[in-house]
Amino acid sequence: MNVHSTSPEFKQNAARALNDSQLQKALGNVKQGFIDKRRMAADKLPEFEALRDSARDIKNHTLEHLDLYLEAYEEKVRSSGGHVHFARDAQEARDIILTICREASAKTVTKGKSMISEEIEINHHLEANGIRPIETDLGEYIIQLRGELPSHIIAPAVHLNATQVEEDFRRVHTHLDAKRDLSEPVQLLTEARAVLRERFLAADVGITGANFLVAETGTSIIVTNEGNGDLTQILPKTHIVLASLEKLVPTLEDASQLLRVLARSATGQEMSVYTTFSTGPRRRTDADGPENYHVVLIDNGRSAMLGTSFEEMLRCIRCGACMNRCPGYHAVGGDAYAWVSPCPLRGVRTASVRRVDQAGHLPNASTFCGRCESVCPVRIPLPKLMRHWREREFERHLTPATVRSGLHLWGFFAKRPALYRLATRVAMGALGFAGHRRGRFSWLPMAKGWTKYRDFPAPQGETFQARWKRERGGSSA
Amino acid sequence: MSARDDIYANIRRSLGVNGSEKIRQQMVADRLERAPKGVIPQRGQVSGAERIALFKTMVETALATVTEVASAAEVPQSIALFLRNHNLPATLRMGDDPRLKTMPWSETTLEVAHGPSEGRDLNAVSHAFGGIAESGTLAIVSGHENPSTLNFLPDNHIIVVSAKDIASDYEAVWNRIRFAYGKGTMPRTVNWITGPSRSGDIEQTLLLGAHGARRLHVVLVCR
Amino acid sequence: MNDLPLHGRPVKPRVGLFVTCLVDLMRPSVGFAAVKLLEDAGCIVDAPVQTCCGQPAYNSGDRGTTRDLAMQVINTFHGYDYVVAPSGSCAGMIKAHYPELFEEDPNWRAKADVLAAKTYELTSFLVDVMKVTRVEAAFDGTVTYHDSCSGLRELKVRNQPRKLLASVEGLTLVEMKDSDVCCGFGGTFAVKYSDISGAIVDAKARNVEAAQAPTLLAGDLGCLLNMAGKLSRDGTRVQVRHVAEVLAGMTDDPPIGVAKAETVK
Repeated sequence: MNVHSTSPEFKQNAARALNDSQLQKALGNVKQGFIDKRRMAADKLPEFEALRDSARDIKNHTLEHLDLYLEAYEEKVRSSGGHVHFARDAQEARDIILTICREASAKTVTKGKSMISEEIEINHHLEANGIRPIETDLGEYIIQLRGELPSHIIAPAVHLNATQVEEDFRRVHTHLDAKRDLSEPVQLLTEARAVLRERFLAADVGITGANFLVAETGTSIIVTNEGNGDLTQILPKTHIVLASLEKLVPTLEDASQLLRVLARSATGQEMSVYTTFSTGPRRRTDADGPENYHVVLIDNGRSAMLGTSFEEMLRCIRCGACMNRCPGYHAVGGDAYAWVSPCPLRGVRTASVRRVDQAGHLPNASTFCGRCESVCPVRIPLPKLMRHWREREFERHLTPATVRSGLHLWGFFAKRPALYRLATRVAMGALGFAGHRRGRFSWLPMAKGWTKYRDFPAPQGETFQARWKRERGGSSA
Repeated sequence: MSARDDIYANIRRSLGVNGSEKIRQQMVADRLERAPKGVIPQRGQVSGAERIALFKTMVETALATVTEVASAAEVPQSIALFLRNHNLPATLRMGDDPRLKTMPWSETTLEVAHGPSEGRDLNAVSHAFGGIAESGTLAIVSGHENPSTLNFLPDNHIIVVSAKDIASDYEAVWNRIRFAYGKGTMPRTVNWITGPSRSGDIEQTLLLGAHGARRLHVVLVCR
Repeated sequence: MNDLPLHGRPVKPRVGLFVTCLVDLMRPSVGFAAVKLLEDAGCIVDAPVQTCCGQPAYNSGDRGTTRDLAMQVINTFHGYDYVVAPSGSCAGMIKAHYPELFEEDPNWRAKADVLAAKTYELTSFLVDVMKVTRVEAAFDGTVTYHDSCSGLRELKVRNQPRKLLASVEGLTLVEMKDSDVCCGFGGTFAVKYSDISGAIVDAKARNVEAAQAPTLLAGDLGCLLNMAGKLSRDGTRVQVRHVAEVLAGMTDDPPIGVAKAETVK
């Protein structure tokens, strides 16, 4: 299954998604479901705002001392019997993972939900080398069957309905009775549980991400509601943890602060069902657990973001609250944004990880309404960061020529007030005259984007400054 | 230059440091040592009967069930009754936890098996390290006393917890863990469990029993 | 209006009206409504020769042009006690973003800080600074109000317009669903990403319709042009005005996007 991200085809994808009524209905579910729950959970906790400040401060502190906390973390992992590997980029990460899987003679690999695993495109690499990766998060499993990318960081299959899922299950689970009833969502769940249970038990290697890494103890933390991450990491002989550098937090108490805002921001729950703290491989005193515990620490552009104006993006804890609030996302769905983290942070992280000229539309497809920033548990100033990217694009002349020349023209007049007043008086006079009969235009040259969906109201005709001069004799300033 | 060296060099270059600054090292060592707590919600900051009541309310909010028994001796009968009430077979898997071992299982007709689960068990019981009133969470540590697989594979998971081990907040549990295992050391796994397994992945409908337990039942031992 | 007791209220402050390019070019009556409200509240109002706050350039990443325009604005308005704009986004640009534009230049930074401190969005100025509690206007009808993003999130403008509307005789305010969700204007976004903008404003139009209020108000002309254009394209009979027009009792002009001949009393 070859899934490629399609950021440059963004506009086409967006148009397609907008016409997909099934997707639109599913997105309606997102809007209602997650937003209401988050508000309820936040309302139940008066300390929520203080926790957000605390979470932000912990992340900032850790990033400022990332090198030292990493050293402490490494040492703890090793002393508990685990292995630590470093990968500068996606390629190196893939190679390391493949090597570990080969050493384990792996035929199948189960996977817990991991955005970093999609960022490095590990599934394709494993398949190309004869190893079968199986997504176990129900939503990820469903879209894996379809060969798609996840459309939402927390609810990857949010764009599908039960009928679509039933079709996929029937198509793929051919070993089951074709006449079985799958009309209810709970039947789909039961089937998935049974099918994946066999996979869990048979897997040679389990790969998970990590919501947080704890320096104090060398611990990796995963948070799920399903329990799939746990079955992925305790059943196979080898457990591989994939984590980007900024997942690190100093202590268990720091992790507890962040865990308190994570579930509330992501799904509106008080606490996710399963929060698991894992440290190293199984010990003599254990009855179960993996014999081998590997942590692959991945850079892939993060260290380059430190010390820059984009540093604040590294506070992200992947909760998806921003996406739940984004009016653009509601209109279109993450699929069109088509990158590993299809969320407002896409504009910043994508551009910094991939290079601004490849991110293309992503930092620009935003109205800067600011809702994302208002709910971010770690207070990342997302509009500001996206604006920084637009500045970089502008500096490198990557902004489309029409936009540049339009701005230039506007700027030319705006910097010359007398000329501006004259030109606008003339232009608005003409436009006002042209539009005075109907009061609006259904079509205007150079404003096709506007008039495709809306009328353009006609100006009143005289400008404020002209009338002010007329009535009040001009400014006293 | 190895990938590791390269990454450390990049981080240090970006931060404008060389890694041997005494002040930074001191700050990091201090935080790791002191482990400051941060903001702790008022909600869980109650004690005695109020804390137990809060714990029970939060367990039920998380869609699990909870029963209180006066003493450890009453646990086996309570569990047998629970299984009967839900039309479940009288089978039960558990680990070697001494607190479970000393309970009078022979007073019931339960068929008890010991050891980690291989995926074919319907019911299992674990003894929690502690509970957290703030969110109705149970904390279980791994080991042959309470194998981690029992937390996830069986359909019905019963967790026994002592009232004296119910803490107000997570931070109190971390202190106990440090006391039991040593500062900076952890058991292989600590599981926080808050309710039965669930998924909202199909049309945003909440369904219980995704991959972990379909049903979670807590038995709270008062003495 | 000047008979009100002086409870922490400035006396005859000199206000520089930042009219905003959209109001200047498209709908000057909003500017005059703002002037009336300010004069009724006891201010001496002046509108110096001005152009643009620089936001289009700013959001497109052209920091250079933005700074040039900001310096022009800072110079133009430095003599006034207050600067008031009938727009949350322009006031927000000056208040929240001008200082950051001059981070590297302490001299201009200081001037930007001074200007930022005395710049306000119209309804927030009336309520929070001039302590206006009621307006003289009457408006017979039901309205619904859209909260523009910058005003709401950067300047915390939410209660102020509602407080003033509540004092308008005969007016009933009904809240629409998601009144605080973006309308999809976003400046050049509406043209560059028209499909997404169209979908967002469509959702907004549905909410406006569902509120069943014959009049839609907001404090930002960009949002209003966007929503009015969409409603008119859909054939929805909702009258769209800037909140200043209603508060000043100046609703003789046709609503946005409607020709004089169409106006029905």
